[in-house]
Amino acid sequence: MSSCKNLKEKIISVIFSATGAIALLTLMGIFIFLFTTGIKAFSHLSPGEFFAGREWNPAAYQDPKWGILSLLISTAMITLGSLIIAIPLGIAAAIYLSEIARPSIREVVKPVIEMIAGVPSVVLGLLGVLFLAPAIADLFNLSSGLNAFTSSIIVGIMVLPTIISISEDVLRSLPKEFREAGLALGATKWQMIRMTLLPAGLSGLAAATLLGLGRAIGETMVVLMVAGNSRAMPTSFFDPIRPITANIAIEIKEVVKDSLHYQTLFAMGLVLFGLTFLINFISDLIIQKQVRKYQW
Amino acid sequence: MVKTEMISENSKQNIVFMITRAATFFSVVVLFLVFMFVFMEGAAVININFLTKMWSHSDIRQGGIFPALVGSVFLGMGVAIVSIPIGIGTAIYLNEYAKNNLFTRSIKLAIRNLAGIPSIIYGLFGLSFFVLFLQLGTSLVAASLTLGVMTLPWIITASEEALKAVPLSFREGSYALGASKWQTIRGNVLPHSWSGMLTGSILGISRAMGETAPIIVVGATFFMSYLPTSPFDKFMALPYHTFILATQHSSQYARGYALGTALVLICLTFILNLGVFIIRYKLRKKKEW
Amino acid sequence: MKKYILALLLGLIIVTAGCSTQQEVTGAAVGETVKIRESLEIKGSDTMVQVVSALAEEYSRQDTRARMTVTGGGSGTGIAALINGEADIADSSRAMKEKEITEAKERGITPYEFIIARDMLSVVVNEDNPISELTFEQISSIFKGETTNWKEVGGNDQKITLYGRQSTSGTYVFFMEDVVKGDYSQKMRNLEGSQAIVEAVKQDENGVGYDGLGYVVDDEGKIISGIKAIKVARDQNSEYISPLDASKQAKYPISRLLYQYFAKKPEQGSALYNFLRFELSEKGQDIVTKSGFLPITVTEKKLNEQRLG
Repeated sequence: MSSCKNLKEKIISVIFSATGAIALLTLMGIFIFLFTTGIKAFSHLSPGEFFAGREWNPAAYQDPKWGILSLLISTAMITLGSLIIAIPLGIAAAIYLSEIARPSIREVVKPVIEMIAGVPSVVLGLLGVLFLAPAIADLFNLSSGLNAFTSSIIVGIMVLPTIISISEDVLRSLPKEFREAGLALGATKWQMIRMTLLPAGLSGLAAATLLGLGRAIGETMVVLMVAGNSRAMPTSFFDPIRPITANIAIEIKEVVKDSLHYQTLFAMGLVLFGLTFLINFISDLIIQKQVRKYQW
Repeated sequence: MVKTEMISENSKQNIVFMITRAATFFSVVVLFLVFMFVFMEGAAVININFLTKMWSHSDIRQGGIFPALVGSVFLGMGVAIVSIPIGIGTAIYLNEYAKNNLFTRSIKLAIRNLAGIPSIIYGLFGLSFFVLFLQLGTSLVAASLTLGVMTLPWIITASEEALKAVPLSFREGSYALGASKWQTIRGNVLPHSWSGMLTGSILGISRAMGETAPIIVVGATFFMSYLPTSPFDKFMALPYHTFILATQHSSQYARGYALGTALVLICLTFILNLGVFIIRYKLRKKKEW
Repeated sequence: MKKYILALLLGLIIVTAGCSTQQEVTGAAVGETVKIRESLEIKGSDTMVQVVSALAEEYSRQDTRARMTVTGGGSGTGIAALINGEADIADSSRAMKEKEITEAKERGITPYEFIIARDMLSVVVNEDNPISELTFEQISSIFKGETTNWKEVGGNDQKITLYGRQSTSGTYVFFMEDVVKGDYSQKMRNLEGSQAIVEAVKQDENGVGYDGLGYVVDDEGKIISGIKAIKVARDQNSEYISPLDASKQAKYPISRLLYQYFAKKPEQGSALYNFLRFELSEKGQDIVTKSGFLPITVTEKKLNEQRLG
């Protein structure tokens, strides 16, 4: 009888491990599909042509061009622009929520900020196209507000909740002793925050930034609608840009299965996958270090 | 000497604190602005017709977004079916059964990575695997699977936290009485964590319902003359509908209708979020530990 | 260790079992669909997505068994879908390329071409722009990025902003091959959807874009407020004609046919056939005109009849 029970337990335990395996299999599956399709592009193109080519024009009048440099730079610009907005605002807000605000305010403000994360990106893109872009065009006397600047603002807003909530967690979990020691030495609260907490939590904050970075790289709908989508190499933040995510979203609909164009889009997807994998890896390392240092 | 230093430090602190306060309330103001802008022109468009009639192409003022609502709801259900059992199962495995070995570490790594993958990459994966390789075609089921896989890490993380919140003593007490592992989980752990898992799942589903990029690729359509009745049908969905009203529709009223659809979408998300908030609040009051 | 391999295998089995069950169900569902209802999957041109949706809507009122789905994305999308076997009909605002026809045939699909409407492609600028006439050469040079300032064609001293479609768009390809006759300037902003071009030019005094007539006129056939359509001439010696000028339609230089490609020959009695007939009928062509396009002429009618066989 007890062996029957043991068998049942074993089966249940295996079933649960199988569900765990599914997550692993999925990640591997995504990589495999991206890789096997994307790598075929390189049987026709050289990596140099792909990564360093300055022109992306698969539907060209004469010879198609497959260089993704301007797309990579566009992705870099949107990432940079959105982080310039989100990091200062995010960390400032995290400091406020963690160290300064009354618990009752924190209770209300935190869920509100979480809700921004819940607003669908297509809605933010819509508001960007209809309201923000014309306003910015008027403000800066531009012919059109669909450019890197406007889209950076919106993506920055989208990334903000991530940075705020992780940074706030990081700061809150620093041991009480840090604060007490700083204040006991006669420092003002701000001095204590600046000289004790922030340095201590620096790696955690860096991890939060990296996660924000990952989100910014991966944003698709907002840039699709607001970034202007011109293929030219951007020269300023007021130029229209065409990040990799938007390019894939636009062109995937027109490609014939297994054509070179199809394969190059998957190759681009592989690049994105690699970037986000790398970012996650680095932020993991940072968090491990932080955990070991402060025994969370 | 010290006094003047302290005063300037104090004023510095005041300025800094003002800045941090401003930064926080900036975020709150943004959310408010989002609602306001969408509401301004979108609310005018909403009435019973808008919500319950089929989409009319020739005169969009006559029709409604009913098929998009239905499509989104079906999609939400599909995502729930795909991701909740696997998500909760994985969370139970990681928190209750797993030992600290390579297998477990790989799963945790996989989950963290899946959470960071851009939505359009899920679209590519959904296209090449579910739509083409498994030949499910562009359909509700392909979209549910794609979005389900995307929502998985979210549900796993939320469920894990719910499980972790149950004190160890609950489990130990049960083992002490001679219960097996599964009996313990089922009787002592799950009852206290299911609400956390539920709220996490609802939030995950509401995120999935707001996604546009993957469904552009795996199944959403511009116009359908019928409501989807089988999982293999195409579908209309609220976020995709908003997108095309914003970019493709030629009617001069499209702008208002795009905002109206966006408003419905936000309200749906808001209602789900609010529900979660209420559940959490009520339960926090009940918990005794 | 064994336990984990077992778990992985079990996970794989669950996944593949789920998949193959679905394939069986797919087969059953498809069979049932064919018996009970006829579904038509139409994909393609954004220029045509409005008018085809209107046609589909009206048709499905008459034939309640038909299940119609219409999606845009651009002519390239529709043709790709046709070749991939994902669509029954591809809307296209340009003719299929030789390359595409070969690819289709390689996959066992012979596309049947029908013409369902005519379009006059309009070049639009902001209504405050003093320019109202341009020749082909000027338009081509502007869109190639060779002419960068409005003053070069007699307008204000302002930089020209180019708005165009994505490469998935048949309009993009048609305009490129028939008017620009070269590559678009890299600086051109590739906007999503025909509506976006109108919006952009409305807001930008120095903008210029191209769009199908249907997107440029309102429900009464008048130009949408905020923009104006340029009068186009083939060269400096020809007449400048506006796309809105009903009396001179035959002479407007940038006109094109709007096609539908069918994945197989429409057979009498099938929904495919009935829908096509509806589109070509008086009622259908009425919807075409209401949407801002032009009905087909006798020549095109004859071609269609020939192909129907």
